[in-house]
Amino acid sequence: MARITAGIATSHVPLLGVAADQNKSGDDYFAPIFSGYEWSRKWLADTLPDVIVLVYNDHASAFDMKIIPTFAIGCGESYAPADEGWGPREVPDVEGHPDLAWHIAQSLILDEFDMTIINEMDVDHGLTVPLTMLFGAPDKWPCKVIPLAVNVVTYPPPSGNRCWALGEAIARAVNSFNDDLDVQVWGTGGMSHQLQGPRAGLINREWDNMFLDGLVGTTDKLRHIPHIEYLRETGSEGIEMVMWLIMRGALGRETKALHRHYHVPCSNTAIGHMVLEPVDGTVPPSPTIEGKNAAAQAMID
Amino acid sequence: MSDIHDYLAEFDDIPGTRVFTAARARQGYHLNQFAMGLMKADNRERFRADEKAYLDDWKLSDQAKSAVLARDYNALLDLGGNIYFLSKIFSTDGISFAEAVSTMTDMDFPTYREMMNQGGRSPEGQRSIKEKR
Ligand SMILES: [Fe+2]
Repeated sequence: MARITAGIATSHVPLLGVAADQNKSGDDYFAPIFSGYEWSRKWLADTLPDVIVLVYNDHASAFDMKIIPTFAIGCGESYAPADEGWGPREVPDVEGHPDLAWHIAQSLILDEFDMTIINEMDVDHGLTVPLTMLFGAPDKWPCKVIPLAVNVVTYPPPSGNRCWALGEAIARAVNSFNDDLDVQVWGTGGMSHQLQGPRAGLINREWDNMFLDGLVGTTDKLRHIPHIEYLRETGSEGIEMVMWLIMRGALGRETKALHRHYHVPCSNTAIGHMVLEPVDGTVPPSPTIEGKNAAAQAMID
Repeated sequence: MSDIHDYLAEFDDIPGTRVFTAARARQGYHLNQFAMGLMKADNRERFRADEKAYLDDWKLSDQAKSAVLARDYNALLDLGGNIYFLSKIFSTDGISFAEAVSTMTDMDFPTYREMMNQGGRSPEGQRSIKEKR
């Protein structure tokens, strides 16, 4: 049986990829950011999962305005780093886990999350920067990755509540996979930032830390934060934080924080990073008929 | 679920911000697709060689074309541009995200950068126009 062993939250600012690729992570500007990941890198070396479900958003790289999937899951064999306008990052291709990805996709659809399935795409900084922050610059990424892309660009993005519930459904899907696999769920993006208009540069240290607090323990108050609050309090791009709630939802009823890091600024953005462990991993049973139906369940196993 | 009309109306109450709503996505469709085209190296070359001629190949209003030529990013946001798409224009120009972002504020880049280094723009007074908070 597969199990969710931990959750990681991290910002995915493109400048961090540039800093790492140009060996600037020790510079005065970047060192306080990268040093907050050292503990996590060491911890990961001892607790390496087989697969990461990596929740991120595409920033007009693989998806343009032609097709806008709300939730999309990568079921392919591998994904190349995207050319975001200045050549692709020189980092390894990302290896997928089609067996588990297809299992999750089927389970989610029967659980009434109507996923878009992606077999081929390139992945941008939203996915590769978190890998760099947590794994450095290896010749090959040390585990398989299932990309889970969320629309947080065109309004409305999914609600925080829906994201949390998707996380719970991912946990049910992972738990019903027959192979013995350790799976982590990563939620990326944020924290407060606004990249547009006269209000650009907005940072809300207090609100960001309230959000970090809310990921820990048994509280689920974060799932009820409406979009307008993210917009007012954390800038127009702070809405990316709803993706962290997919990670949180997947960890079940209660979490324990193992590590926490916050730094302002990186370019226009507040950096947040947290490592969480499920306490008992309990998630509510599926609210859908299909999910409780043994025959339907048998079809996807 | 919130009422869709109330949901959308609240977005206009945020100072200095254009939320990328469906209405903006429709209005800016060709503008954003034009910008997306700059992801390809040969399109970037054609654009650099003759910006006006390149823009004429796209279904853009004269207003949108002149806003692109002027790199007036606030005007482009008003015309339905989205910042992640518009970023293809400033990466074609070889300027950083932070510098491009600063052009939308009332600050020059060094002043903007200094504000960010000091902890960013405070949310105080920036949350709601109506409620002045
Ligand atoms: Fe992002």
